[in-house]
Amino acid sequence: MHIELLDEPFQPFQRLADYQPARTDAGATAVFIGTSRDYNLGETVSALHLEHYPGMTERQLQEITAYAEQRWTVLDGLVVHRVGLLKPGEAIVLVAVWAGHRGDAFDACRFIMEELKHKAPFWKKEQLADGRQRWVEQNSTGYAG
Amino acid sequence: MAIKIIFFARLRELSGHAELTVSLPVPTTPRAVWQHVLPDLALPEPLLVAIDQNYAQLDSPVQDGQEVAFFPPVTGG
Repeated sequence: MHIELLDEPFQPFQRLADYQPARTDAGATAVFIGTSRDYNLGETVSALHLEHYPGMTERQLQEITAYAEQRWTVLDGLVVHRVGLLKPGEAIVLVAVWAGHRGDAFDACRFIMEELKHKAPFWKKEQLADGRQRWVEQNSTGYAG
Repeated sequence: MAIKIIFFARLRELSGHAELTVSLPVPTTPRAVWQHVLPDLALPEPLLVAIDQNYAQLDSPVQDGQEVAFFPPVTGG
């Protein structure tokens, strides 16, 4: 799987089209895209700053994707994550998994995303419309319930 | 030899430090490192710790030349 951290905006669908492996055995592709929102906790968010721990972030993402490759039968994967300053509407994260069948693609994609949320050392700080700044305390649950 | 200490996100603001280096008798622990650097600041909860960029515990052993990082729960993705 391919992992990349970007400090500039990226177009997730374009990145996906550019990366998509030229193979004929990938019957299933699962994709998750996370996007910067313009609201949180009832307030308007004007920008998001994403801080990370250089080195440990890459190491964690490599461990997570390596585990997913062992546990499920996947053919390829792509993980792209932004750092730096993001405006609402900009993509934060792209996770794509190619597999022979949908079960492996869905489950590996979901696993990578949830593990990334809990283990990869990134931190979000919100800039609010009124000029205040605040750290995001914790990620929301990943399951709709 | 020395131990490199890094604080991230809210803990960088709380501690007033981004990165510093200390000399301590080894083996030591992240807990002892924190208490040495910030004797007046109780360990915050929740708190995550890494040694040489791997998750560790507050009482895991730290050797000379290692890197200890303190940070709050992660919020990426």
